Amino acid sequence: MPDRIGGADVLAVEMLGITKRFGDFTANDRIDLDVRRGEVHALLGENGAGKSTLMNQLYGLYPPTSGDIFINGERVRLASPKMAIERGIGMVHQHFMLVQPFTVTENIILGLESTGAFGILDEARAYREVESLSDRYGLLVDSRARIQDISVAMQQRVEILKCLYRGADILILDEPTAVLTPQEIEYLGEIIRNLTSEGKTVIIITHKLHEIKSMADRCSVIRRGVKIGTVDVASHTEGELAEMMVGREVTFAVEKRPLQAGDPVLSVKDVCCVNNRGLPALKDLSFDVRRGEILAIAGVDGNGQSELIEVLTGLRAVESGSVTMLGSDITGFAPGARIEMGLAAIPEDRQKRGLVGPFTVAENLVLEERARPPFSTRGILDLGAIERHARSLIEHFDIRPPREKYLASSLSGGNQQKVILAREITRDPELLIASQPTRGLDVGAIEYVHKRLVQVRDDGKAVLLISLDLDETLDLADRIAVIYGGRIVAVLDREDADERKLGLLMAGGEAVHVQ
Amino acid sequence: MSSEKRSAFTSSPLFRTLFSVFTGLLVGAIVLLASGYSPAKAYQVIFDGIFSKPSYVSYTIIYATPLIMTGLSVAFAFKTGLFNIGAEGQFIMGALGAALAGAFISLPPVIHALVAAATGIALAAAWGGLAGYLKARFGVNEVIATIMLNWTALYLNNYIVTLPGIKRPAATATAFILDTARIEFLPLWKASEAGKLWRAGHPVWNDILRTPFNAGILAALLLAFVCWWLLNRTTLGYELRAVGHNSDCAEHVGIDVKSRMIYSMAIAGGLAGAAGALHVLGWTRQAAELAAMEGLGFDGIAVALIGNASPVGCVPAGLLFGALKYGGSKLQFALRAPIEVVNIVIGSIVFFVAMPALTRIVSRWARRTARGGGPHAG
Amino acid sequence: MKNLRALLSLLVVLVIAIPASAGELSVGMITDVGGVNDQSFNQSAWEGLQRAEKELGVKVSYIESRQDADYGPNLETMLDAGTDLIWGIGFKMADAALEAANNNPDQKYAVIDFAWDDTPKNLIGVVFKAEEASFLVGYIAAKMTTTGKVGFIGGMSFPVIWGFEYGFRAGVLYGNKDVEILSQYAESFTDAAKGKSIANSMYQQGADIVFHAAGGVGDGLIEAAKEQGKWAIGVDRDQNYLAPDNVLTSAMKRVDNAMFNISKELTEGVWKGGQTVSYGLAEGGVDIAPTSSMHVPADLLTEVEAVKARIISGEIVVPYSKETFAEFEAK
Repeated sequence: MPDRIGGADVLAVEMLGITKRFGDFTANDRIDLDVRRGEVHALLGENGAGKSTLMNQLYGLYPPTSGDIFINGERVRLASPKMAIERGIGMVHQHFMLVQPFTVTENIILGLESTGAFGILDEARAYREVESLSDRYGLLVDSRARIQDISVAMQQRVEILKCLYRGADILILDEPTAVLTPQEIEYLGEIIRNLTSEGKTVIIITHKLHEIKSMADRCSVIRRGVKIGTVDVASHTEGELAEMMVGREVTFAVEKRPLQAGDPVLSVKDVCCVNNRGLPALKDLSFDVRRGEILAIAGVDGNGQSELIEVLTGLRAVESGSVTMLGSDITGFAPGARIEMGLAAIPEDRQKRGLVGPFTVAENLVLEERARPPFSTRGILDLGAIERHARSLIEHFDIRPPREKYLASSLSGGNQQKVILAREITRDPELLIASQPTRGLDVGAIEYVHKRLVQVRDDGKAVLLISLDLDETLDLADRIAVIYGGRIVAVLDREDADERKLGLLMAGGEAVHVQ
Repeated sequence: MSSEKRSAFTSSPLFRTLFSVFTGLLVGAIVLLASGYSPAKAYQVIFDGIFSKPSYVSYTIIYATPLIMTGLSVAFAFKTGLFNIGAEGQFIMGALGAALAGAFISLPPVIHALVAAATGIALAAAWGGLAGYLKARFGVNEVIATIMLNWTALYLNNYIVTLPGIKRPAATATAFILDTARIEFLPLWKASEAGKLWRAGHPVWNDILRTPFNAGILAALLLAFVCWWLLNRTTLGYELRAVGHNSDCAEHVGIDVKSRMIYSMAIAGGLAGAAGALHVLGWTRQAAELAAMEGLGFDGIAVALIGNASPVGCVPAGLLFGALKYGGSKLQFALRAPIEVVNIVIGSIVFFVAMPALTRIVSRWARRTARGGGPHAG
Repeated sequence: MKNLRALLSLLVVLVIAIPASAGELSVGMITDVGGVNDQSFNQSAWEGLQRAEKELGVKVSYIESRQDADYGPNLETMLDAGTDLIWGIGFKMADAALEAANNNPDQKYAVIDFAWDDTPKNLIGVVFKAEEASFLVGYIAAKMTTTGKVGFIGGMSFPVIWGFEYGFRAGVLYGNKDVEILSQYAESFTDAAKGKSIANSMYQQGADIVFHAAGGVGDGLIEAAKEQGKWAIGVDRDQNYLAPDNVLTSAMKRVDNAMFNISKELTEGVWKGGQTVSYGLAEGGVDIAPTSSMHVPADLLTEVEAVKARIISGEIVVPYSKETFAEFEAK
């Protein structure tokens, strides 16, 4: 713990009066930030608050419109990431920048290859160095493994190694936990502690409160481009931090009516399918979703969730087994036909499947209803009706900015999710499949999405929730089905489930058939 | 780096276009100087060659007519996420279809022209649609499919054109289309005695009537509007654009992505086919054996780029390109410059005008092909 | 911005009209889509005009056509530039040139390789007695074949090409009446692959010398000859350079001579408008290639000279069509 009173201690990073404008949009407004040497400093804020923008300037990706940056007390101008790296700054982005067929070490030395004597690549030395770095910080990375063969958590550690290898003293981690399982998150915390004990300074960009509680020393909160304050994490509760971030009180508990489950809306029976590489992804998978309940599928990423969603929405063919909805066999139905039957889906990747980025918000809100009156008559669009529809949904779902003509790609993640949610829910579906509906969203948006999902359930519809977030699963589900290795290994009632039990099942522990 | 102080004008598309044209002219001037020709004189020749007589303006429009339509073809496909390199072959098929229907069917005027144009367009639409089908059914990249279909079209054309009964004697082309299928304005009257008499008294009209001024330009303008309308005001256009911008999402929301690819390529083919058909009906009156590709389809790619892949933008872009082609052809004659120098000069102007759009469009297409997601705020 | 404006105004200042000089006789030509460096008649035509420029002081110019549709506008460009005589090179230009001649009765036009039934007063059609050169190469082929079989590949079946075929047939017949002739039309002037396949099949049928009158199709013939070690006979220009060991001789069409001569006549005030001018051996309009001496024995070349003299004197009347060939055969 750095000493608060020891002000003489030089700050690792000091940013003064940073303002960044994009056109007439102010992303950062006179932000001051100071990060002490050897601390873990969290940047907390809602999606689109300007956290990443601030850090991208520190990493030299783009210059501030105005303001000064000091590294170790020295004023610097960072015109490129290269200059930032020279100053000892490293950044691990949300999306990893790794060459899949290369080994860990090859990825790490990429761009620095010619540093060996006489320009000859000294591979052996590189492997030794990577291994010693990995040992020193407890990263447990196999320096010879290929990226395509290692887990996402490992890849993240390779990115961290890459920074360390380049001599980083200040590490910026952008949403590092978004892709990790609970166990992996815990281990990341350990790694971060190793880093600071070796004298490194770590900045984490996040909106997950309990991670800040467990990892960070201090926390700076940014709201709509303005810094709200910097606080010691230990002396504030999660609720207080959330309030600072959102600007109002946040309730974490989800209120639900008592369960009144009806007939099954969706029955999946003995479904087998293969993944893109032709390997079995789902193996005799079966479950039901009933009217008026939320069934959650819990599992570690990559156990068949993506394939399951594709099978249900009609994007992937099954090898065997059947999918029945409202009594009809829809196994061979195309996506459009399923939508006609009342299936709605919030896709796991909203950029990829949920939205057409270069379309306006209004256009995105009628993706399924495009060919139906009042939006289209005899093949001709009624732009007026589409816009009126959009304005009403924007108001109803509080989509910001409230402009139906804005491009969907210009919206923040949370608002993009609201657009999808608005579109899917207002179609009044019989079955709503929500895949990771709150991934990458901030607490305010998560609260909103959860409320809406519960409302759909309370209206007597069936909801299938597929989430990697155990808290979310436990908050929302009436029943929880655990998926492991392409099979449902257990179905638990909510009251029988807890984090420990689920964690065990998700990791392939013994199946406990409760029902 | 962007600075708010700079006026909005400098970042406007109009400024960028003017600036690009200027840069192109400058580079062209350097090329001319380096090869020992006076840029001033060269640009004077081009300018005069386009504007100094009514017939030159008329020829500029005639040259631009097919370019606008092949530009529309490429632009339309691009709006729907496809790269139509096949406008050349579709142009050939359109020309062939129109020439055959124009020469070997007997119908009353106007109707004959419409039927001949429709035949060419249908044939070209099938040609484009075939590339779309190959992509939808077998995943064949449309760039590769259309390039190959260009050559197939060329050889099919040469085979059919030279068949006995179709070939005109002592020529390497089909029989001329019948007068009922022509869309040139008053072709018979203007060559008649009465026409000549009238023309003698009206020098401006006389000069315009020297050229095969025809209804093709009206069709090109109409098609530009139809493309815009189809893309922006119809459900089909909405679906095509959705597929173009994000085919994963389009599939997810129940759009039949495969059939839309075929539609899109068929429409693009039809547009390039219209270029070929109207070129025949308005001007050449025949489909000729081709020693090599004529390039009107490939020029459409440049037109679409200059027009920023927008249907409406293809009209001024086509006119610019047509003007450079027609005006540029006079350069060789006036300066006795090798055609290579002329082509480099014209090429550099086109290059600089098209470059901003080119870089953007190619990277967008590459991203789509890689099926990656877009960037997002953090 | 200031710099930009300065540059723009500089450009405007630079753009000052430079008036074209007038006075001397000007002759221009429009190439067909082959372009001026086509290694064929377009190039030959331009060489003729360049000679006219050098020797007669005529002002010459050319425009290359990129597509068939360009002929009309290119003819007009030359008309507007005040060119005294405008040449269209190649039979493809015939329709456009006739139309231009009808529309502009005061302008002189001439077209290579085309004859009209009714030629306007301001137009000349120039044809070459290709049958005479073909006769000579046919004669050489008949004397040199070791298999007793020779071949002919035509581009397209129409009168100009018939001249080559029947001239060649007559020459072969005149040289050795026992030699068999294979003949086929490619229905193309551009498809080299087709030329190659026809040539290969002729060689397989036993022909050892094949003559072509088929433009680009002939490139395939020459390639086949090279691969199979057989003889080919070139056309229009001296094609020996394409395969020095396999091109026996060429039936040359001296487009350059024709262009030069008609330009020269014009400087002397002579204009043979309204008719078809035909160039044969006598006028230096056709001949066999100078490189013939590489492969053709000297004594045979002497014989050829004698045959040439007999044609020029009218002793031999070379046929140019099926009917005239029948008459020739009957003799």
